[in-house]
Amino acid sequence: MRSTTRAGIAATIAITALALTGCSGSSSGSSGPVELTYWGWAPNMEKVVDSWNESHPDIHVTYVKTDAGEPAVTKFLTAIQAGNGAPDLMQAEYQKIPTLLASDAIIDISDKVADDTKSKFSDGVWSSVTLGTDGVYAIPQDSGPMMFYYREDIFDQMGLSVPTTWDEYAQVAKTVHDSDPTKYLGTFSSIDPGQFAGLTQQAGASWWSSDDGAWSVDIDSDPVKKVADYWGGLVESGVIDNKPQYTPEWNAALNDGSQIGWVSSVWAPGVLAGNAPDTAGKWRMAPLPQWDASAPATGNWGGSALAVSSQSKNVDAAVEFSTWLNTSKDAVDQLVSVSGLYPADTVESADALKTPFEFFSNQPDFYETAAEIADTVQPFTYGPNVNVAYSAFNDEFGKAAESKSAAQFAAAVEQMQKVTLADLEDSGFTTK
Amino acid sequence: MTTVTTRRPGARRGLATPWLMLFPAIVLFVLFFAAPIVYTLVLSFQKSQVKGLGLGSGGRSTVFAGLENYVSALTDADFLASVARVGVYGLILIPTMLGLALLFALLLDSKRTRAKGFSRVTIFLPYAVPAVISSLLWGFLFLPSVSPFFDIANRFGITLPDLLSGDAVIVAIANIALWGGVGFNMVVMYTSLKAIPTDIYEAAKLDGASEVQVALRIKIPIIMPSLIMTAIFSIIATLQVFAEPVTLKPLSNSISSTFTPLMTVYRDAFTRNDVYSASATSIIIAVAIFALSFLFLRVVQRRAFGGEN
Repeated sequence: MRSTTRAGIAATIAITALALTGCSGSSSGSSGPVELTYWGWAPNMEKVVDSWNESHPDIHVTYVKTDAGEPAVTKFLTAIQAGNGAPDLMQAEYQKIPTLLASDAIIDISDKVADDTKSKFSDGVWSSVTLGTDGVYAIPQDSGPMMFYYREDIFDQMGLSVPTTWDEYAQVAKTVHDSDPTKYLGTFSSIDPGQFAGLTQQAGASWWSSDDGAWSVDIDSDPVKKVADYWGGLVESGVIDNKPQYTPEWNAALNDGSQIGWVSSVWAPGVLAGNAPDTAGKWRMAPLPQWDASAPATGNWGGSALAVSSQSKNVDAAVEFSTWLNTSKDAVDQLVSVSGLYPADTVESADALKTPFEFFSNQPDFYETAAEIADTVQPFTYGPNVNVAYSAFNDEFGKAAESKSAAQFAAAVEQMQKVTLADLEDSGFTTK
Repeated sequence: MTTVTTRRPGARRGLATPWLMLFPAIVLFVLFFAAPIVYTLVLSFQKSQVKGLGLGSGGRSTVFAGLENYVSALTDADFLASVARVGVYGLILIPTMLGLALLFALLLDSKRTRAKGFSRVTIFLPYAVPAVISSLLWGFLFLPSVSPFFDIANRFGITLPDLLSGDAVIVAIANIALWGGVGFNMVVMYTSLKAIPTDIYEAAKLDGASEVQVALRIKIPIIMPSLIMTAIFSIIATLQVFAEPVTLKPLSNSISSTFTPLMTVYRDAFTRNDVYSASATSIIIAVAIFALSFLFLRVVQRRAFGGEN
């Protein structure tokens, strides 16, 4: 008995010592592979990570699938605040990067990133990971240029033509709903601030800007008012639905042909395949309706980059993996074929994007069209309190959509501007 | 533990034993109850201050805020509106829930009722379903185009009201809480009904009292303490309502991120990443719950326990 106890104590001491050295040891000092953890939510990403682990025995990556978007950021920031438990690599939607940076949760990796990395991305995408500074705060993974999706079969039946301007969209919406009151061309969703932000981006808005070390909030700018007014008018006249997206009801409406259009993004095929499986091969994608048909433009909805957390002890390995995942031909191919993403890397993805997603096999030039649309994404700057602006959007546009009044849509914009600016000032940011 | 059992004469042993016995409980209490409360109090008097653009490390620091967080919470129109909203919610929910629970308990206690065991389990079962799950289930039932209720009503030419839009959403949330809460309260009341000695009923019967009279004049007065206890539990649960509105929020335009006081705490702490305001609001809610429960007890105490003194 006594000898086993003693052995137990010895073992405990040994393990503690190992743990202590493990904590303080750097990536080069310890034997065995470098261990990295990676939090994200892209579909099937674990398979892409597995293929890295097979070919790179010296850096082992553990992928942890988290909830998408807001809950993941919450979990990440909580771990950062707690001082431990955060991963080395974090999937970050572009609009969350300033927030994460302002919370000291992610780090500048500009001195570790290879020089040619920048050349793989469009300027618009690259600016959203540098925020217009000399730093690099993440490596872009996928992007979400906005597009218009419609039910080709129902459009044919009703003799409708695809709207190319927002005026035409309003007419088509009216025709659809007038001829069949159960059908809508779309809905205004008060739970999707990213979609609304993208629509205002198309119209030329940028909600924040930084100049001379001061932030300004431009949510109440003319383009935003124009877009809010337009959708408010559609909702008020009743030709567009006012129910939120992503509800079981909305899924059913997509599937049974009550919602015959969707202003969405390049990742929509995956959502449609999952939420409206009966409609395979019936949808078609076109550029968003335009404000000015002579100058095609679009916005972004969604898309993520991969950031290195401020708790990472293996920054070099993390950047090496992230560079491989987002800019190597091998991995970018898999981002398309395994995860169904639209990679931000425009150089390496060219080959992989030749065949469309199976759900859209009726549109063989899907990705060609998508690439043309992606070139027209307008610049947009996200500020350090996107979370506050987005939650104000939910509250204010929820009220507006419920009231079905265009005046309320205009009021919601004003209120968002007020809440967002007041939050920046209260937190002590320099504003003007 | 060996020190406790060592036989050594003297009064000291008697002094140390209770402390030793209490030690695990005290450690757990301090670690998981007292310390977090103290930490919340400390946080509630601080705030985070940013300099310049706030990008990069060192841009953020924590400073003493005094009562600022408390003042801004108590003067926030959204927060005050959410307090009023749970007030309305409580007025709808508590009387209905406790009334139904009492009715079911009395029915189950009545001699003429059949299939008692089955009914008891059926009424109690919803309590075992977590609030998030029941809110998801009810959420489906409230959505007009996927709900079987709406489908059936439509076949008879009746259009049910859409509970997820406008002010009716409070009724939808109360409905979920009612479904989950009646069973628990019924079991508490039923248990104390079972503890009433049967000779009282025999005496009442000899005096010619009907079942209804027995219920109103004997059963309800005797189980008054457990009615009061369930009322206090319900008041506390009302002020803390969170899971139901949060789960229904993505389905409705009418639930804001500050719909109930606890949702405001959640939004501040996790959406706005401002634990300081969230701590202050939590303290305000805790004090309010304490005050309300205490007040309620003071008001009803004499009526409930007057006979015992």
